[in-house]
Amino acid sequence: MTSPPGAHLPEHPDFLWDNPEPKASYDVVIVGGGGHGLATAYYLAKVHGITNVAVLEKGWLAGGNMARNTTIIRSNYLWDESSGIYEHSLKLWEGLEEDLGYPILFDQRGVLNLAHSLQDVRDSVRRVNANRLNGIDAEWVDPAGVKEICPIVNTSPDVRYPVLGATYQPRAGIAKHDYVAWGYARAAHAMGVDLIQNCEVTGLETSQGRITAVETSRGRIAAGKVALCAAGHSSVLAKMVGLRLPLASHPLQALVSELLEPVHPTVVMSNAVHVYVSQAHKGELVMGAGIDSYNGYGQRGSFHIIEQQMSAALELFPVFARAHLLRTWAGIVDVSPDASPIVGLTPVGGLYLNCGWGTGGFKATPGVGDCFAHTIAHDKPHPFNEPFTLERFTTGALVDEHGAAAVAH
Amino acid sequence: MQLIPCPWCGPREEAEFHYGGQAHVAYPEDPSALTDEEWAQYVFFRENPSGPFAERWSHNAGCRRWFNAVRDTRTHDLLAVYRVGEPMPEVIA
Amino acid sequence: MTFRTPTGGAIDRDTLLHFTFNGQSYTGHPGDTLASALLAHGVHEVGGSVKLGRPRGIVAAGSEDPTSLVQIEAPFSEPMLLATTVELYDGLVARGLAGQGKLAAEPDPARYDAKHEHCDVLVVGAGPAGLVAALTAARSGARVVLVDEQNQAGGALLGVDEYVDERPSAEWVADVVAELKSTPGVLVLERTTAFGMYQDGFVLALEKRTDHLGFAAPEGVARQRVWRIRTRQTVLATGAHERPVVFADNDRPGIMLASSARTFLHRYGVLPGSRAVVFTTNDSAYCAAIDLAESGVDIALIVDARHEAPARLATECAARGIEVRAGHVVVGTEGAGRVTGVRIGPLAPASPDITVACDTVLVSGGWNPVVSLFSQARGKLRYDAELGAFVPGEELSTVRVAGSATGELDLNACARQGRDVGSEAAAAAGFAPGGQVPLPVSDSRCTARSGLVLWRVPGDDDASFVDLQRDSTVADVLRATGAGLRSLEHIKRYTTIGTAHDQGKTSGMIAAGIVAEALGVELEDQRPTTFRPPYTSVSFAALAGRDRGELHDPVRVTAIHPWHVAHGALFEDVGQWKRPWYYPKPGEDLHTAVLRECRATRESVGMMDGSTLGKIDVQGRDAGKFLDMLYTNMMSTLKVGKIRYGVMCGVDGMVIDDGTVIRVGDERYLITTTTGNAAKILDWMEEWLQTEWPHLDVHCTSVTEHWATIPLVGPRSRDVLAAVAPSLDVSNEAFEFMTWHDTVVAGVPARVCRISFSGELAYEINVTAWHGIAVWEALMAAGEQYGITPYGTETMHVLRAEKGYPIIGQETDATVTPQDLGMSWAVSKKKPDFIGKRSFARAENNRTDRKQLVGLLPVDPSVLLPEGSQIVETDRLPEPPVRMLGHVTSSYPSAALGRTFALALVRSGHERIGETLFVPVEDALVPVTVTESVLYDKEGARRDG
Repeated sequence: MTSPPGAHLPEHPDFLWDNPEPKASYDVVIVGGGGHGLATAYYLAKVHGITNVAVLEKGWLAGGNMARNTTIIRSNYLWDESSGIYEHSLKLWEGLEEDLGYPILFDQRGVLNLAHSLQDVRDSVRRVNANRLNGIDAEWVDPAGVKEICPIVNTSPDVRYPVLGATYQPRAGIAKHDYVAWGYARAAHAMGVDLIQNCEVTGLETSQGRITAVETSRGRIAAGKVALCAAGHSSVLAKMVGLRLPLASHPLQALVSELLEPVHPTVVMSNAVHVYVSQAHKGELVMGAGIDSYNGYGQRGSFHIIEQQMSAALELFPVFARAHLLRTWAGIVDVSPDASPIVGLTPVGGLYLNCGWGTGGFKATPGVGDCFAHTIAHDKPHPFNEPFTLERFTTGALVDEHGAAAVAH
Repeated sequence: MQLIPCPWCGPREEAEFHYGGQAHVAYPEDPSALTDEEWAQYVFFRENPSGPFAERWSHNAGCRRWFNAVRDTRTHDLLAVYRVGEPMPEVIA
Repeated sequence: MTFRTPTGGAIDRDTLLHFTFNGQSYTGHPGDTLASALLAHGVHEVGGSVKLGRPRGIVAAGSEDPTSLVQIEAPFSEPMLLATTVELYDGLVARGLAGQGKLAAEPDPARYDAKHEHCDVLVVGAGPAGLVAALTAARSGARVVLVDEQNQAGGALLGVDEYVDERPSAEWVADVVAELKSTPGVLVLERTTAFGMYQDGFVLALEKRTDHLGFAAPEGVARQRVWRIRTRQTVLATGAHERPVVFADNDRPGIMLASSARTFLHRYGVLPGSRAVVFTTNDSAYCAAIDLAESGVDIALIVDARHEAPARLATECAARGIEVRAGHVVVGTEGAGRVTGVRIGPLAPASPDITVACDTVLVSGGWNPVVSLFSQARGKLRYDAELGAFVPGEELSTVRVAGSATGELDLNACARQGRDVGSEAAAAAGFAPGGQVPLPVSDSRCTARSGLVLWRVPGDDDASFVDLQRDSTVADVLRATGAGLRSLEHIKRYTTIGTAHDQGKTSGMIAAGIVAEALGVELEDQRPTTFRPPYTSVSFAALAGRDRGELHDPVRVTAIHPWHVAHGALFEDVGQWKRPWYYPKPGEDLHTAVLRECRATRESVGMMDGSTLGKIDVQGRDAGKFLDMLYTNMMSTLKVGKIRYGVMCGVDGMVIDDGTVIRVGDERYLITTTTGNAAKILDWMEEWLQTEWPHLDVHCTSVTEHWATIPLVGPRSRDVLAAVAPSLDVSNEAFEFMTWHDTVVAGVPARVCRISFSGELAYEINVTAWHGIAVWEALMAAGEQYGITPYGTETMHVLRAEKGYPIIGQETDATVTPQDLGMSWAVSKKKPDFIGKRSFARAENNRTDRKQLVGLLPVDPSVLLPEGSQIVETDRLPEPPVRMLGHVTSSYPSAALGRTFALALVRSGHERIGETLFVPVEDALVPVTVTESVLYDKEGARRDG
């Protein structure tokens, strides 16, 4: 008899972390216990030996976008600046399971980014060529090649927007989000980092242009340095020190189906038809929708976005017709004007900013954790996040991944 | 999907509308007199509050008029809508 | 052996249905579900479990069932349905699943649709509370929609044999439904599940219209329909689900919820087994026991966890010879597959003292109100300690709850709530009370809610299943809390409890209870995990509805489209438009066709369908002033009768569109936009006009589809035009470049513009769309003697590229300024301001190494550079990352140049003219010479013919 479909999934370890009371002061306080905050804490402790660190989370660890994303990992971005930090991240992903000692189910099953118009094709080929010169695995595949990699994609020319080809990054893939976050959390905790949940930051205290403490729902916590890793809530936090950010927080919805036998061996994304979908290890189809147009902090989107998503999905994957939608949810993504992040120093001494990842934050988790920890430890950006300053909006040195027709997520 | 009360047409489905971001951000009188920082604030920086937010909508698939609204971004509840040129009403979130 | 009762149940015993399950043939009756038909044959084991491979049976009778997952194989494959919700039909083929289904390989032939419905009061659930609420609201004159997931109204009444108003409850239900259906403005939807509740009274419901018909489903009728209901007021009468108690080996087939067994008996005429042990914490299971005993099931024992059995019910049991053992619990079960016996012991300490043989265990651990929709409506929940469940914890202004969804379990009280809430909802929607609905009175014997809240019986934690679908046990929960997890959300993720097909309908509350016990916290202080849409699963196809294939996105075609199709054009998707790409002759590929089209046009005359270009009529006293702000160059000075090319930038100074501006009158302009940006640019103009400059007197109207637009291009274009427009003086003197004339072309009024996107003598002929084909054909006829050649977008691209004209969106990518395109000439120095001007002064805009538009000539004139190629400085590639100077935006073989060429954005490109750079193509580096972007007829000699 064949073994049951769910028999081989790894278990979580018997111990993850303690739930300490916050101390009166820390060398570094990280605001936001999502993937980025936890990874930052981990690399601060591991690479820089800074362990007197607290990660403050207003809800439960990794309960924000980390718990709500579709876990796509890739580095095939157009611009040098983007591919630099995302490829750094991908390289760390490749060793992360061993590094964390946690079965994060990182699976390099490749990603196809489909092209549906002649301009899509030009943009895609441009990105493939740029990726290769940047040392990133990338190839252009024609519709037959798409079919070979992912047989369930409808490559018929007789559809509304036929597939004209795709870019393919074989090293791209997916991972299990909770496992990643918990792996970082457990490892950071083991090195002495305090993980403090149900602790909402209500104020940032400064003195003579320097951060001195955070006010929280669990009292004042003095801090030598404060690092913001709060994704959709970054604007609200930055405003506490009078810092305006060029961000808009939007709902981003996603959904899963019930468990299905494997049909989808890779990850497929289509900007033109607005679909990105993979099949997780247990067998559920995981799909992301487009972002809702309006600003929102409600972790809830509009249903017509899901309906559009389904219509688009069936265009590309007719076999999904009788799959069933099991659960929908929304995260809050902080979108910057050029669809690139903001990572670095701020005008306030000892206050560091990591935000603006929009829909792309999950894949950057190890990379930005490493670079942000470096930035905090040295009070100086890591070369990989140096281009992603707040000042670029003044000088005009944007890293325009929107305009570059690069794909979201 | 929300109902958005267009001040010209009455309540209509959200899908008929186009979102326009923060309201009351005037085009500068004399852009050339602004520093790069000030100009960047106009071009790229917008308020992004968690709570009541004065913002612009256009009834794109209806009367095609732009109007302003105050919406609570936590709940998406529309607290007020008003026409362009009218002052922002007091709202209680 | 049959487990079908000799009489009773809402099934049609006279009709036999044949079906196949797990390869075996069975029979059933109309009115059966797959589950009831299987149970009638004594089949409990449906599938296996997802992780451990243990057998799984049927636990509940409805959509809350956690285990009876099946794959439908005929009439059409569908994964992961519950046997308890599949209505039986003749020819059904299904098999049990181990938690994972299979998608059909072939396309789904069914149709799906959606319907909008508006009402004053939506009632969800047609049980007693919902029926009374709906009738009360209907009698007040409100438009009422009543939805219910079952194939008939009645709710909990369907599963009992109780009397209402001294007659069978089905009669009372039928009367209410009949009145509702005959009341104007009332819509009753059966087999319709409200699955999502959004803002402003927006409720989504899925109606299964033909699923139950199987092979007999009529073609052309939508199989499922999504109802998009917009309601003023909602009454949630969604009922309650019985929950089990967790004990060791509680997952064996044959172990089911007591009320579900009662439902199988009364609704389907099916007995769950021959000999049952009942394990309960409350009164309701006694009724199941009594009813089943009266139908011939041997009730071996009722095990009541409470210290004392309810006296009246215990007496009734004694009268039937049923033993009741209070203060006892089921400690474990036995059996290889199906349960064969239970071990029973005192509640504390829970150690077995007797074993009772049985083939069925009926469990009741109390009731969980169904609060999913209320929670989706953002209603706060409250823990009810007496009930051991979360209940609606606040009143919402537009959402009311009635019946057992509130935690009220007494039928008479539920009906009263239904009446109160139905009347409140109607009043809130603006309707005065109508005729009072008499409250039904039931003879129910099992109404007490005084149960004991018991989540689990201590035992083998590894075999005590909390989530039967996920194989998650008490041990898993304790391991999660032991690992340091405190939040229910974390524990749910650690154990995967509540994430399966049933979304934890029966397991979620128990998990929360066990966690609270393990952590020593009060459930009052716990936040339940979030209920997310959909309430029950919905097929992707139902949600996509009819928006598939051609209807996925509208197709836009021009007035001349039929001609292009008839003449063999291949089409390119540009936005929603289908544009002729090229017109291959037999044996031609893209390149040969395009070379022919280019040559014909440059040497004689060609024409294309340019109707998709965006056209916006701009009128008003301030039109010129307004256009001066939009375009980088000056438009207010344009003279009537003249045409000017213009570029638009965003506030960030990056090019967003370009096109021509023609001045029609003192206060009127007609502007054109690129095909793909037409709607965006109109919106852009409206946004500025309405929100920034409402004082300007300007009105904009899209006239894109009013006109058919035909560029007539090439040295012979003047001759062709003269032939079809005899009243027009086409001489160069009378009809200058960049001017326009209204005239008559081929007998119809036309506006002819002398503009050129190819460098050739050219005219753009605009006529009303109605006349598009006639004029096109007249031009073809008039040009025949010159070999007039229709061409598509590809040839258009080549001709303009030879002249260095950029295509917005191809040469630009939102990081390109007019200066980068070499269009400083189109950027006004005189105007004090225009949109984007200030950004030109930023540091980044003034770098000398910006990427600029240039031409590239491969040193080998036969080499065609792939579009999208990157450009490097050295003839050998260093190790990555390699410094890139830019990329090839356009690249073509050119008939006119007799060689290949390309356009490119290159860092410091304007300074590099004459340099040799390299383009990596596959494994080679192709040397190219940088040139100006204009490669053909640099002097512009051809413009005037």
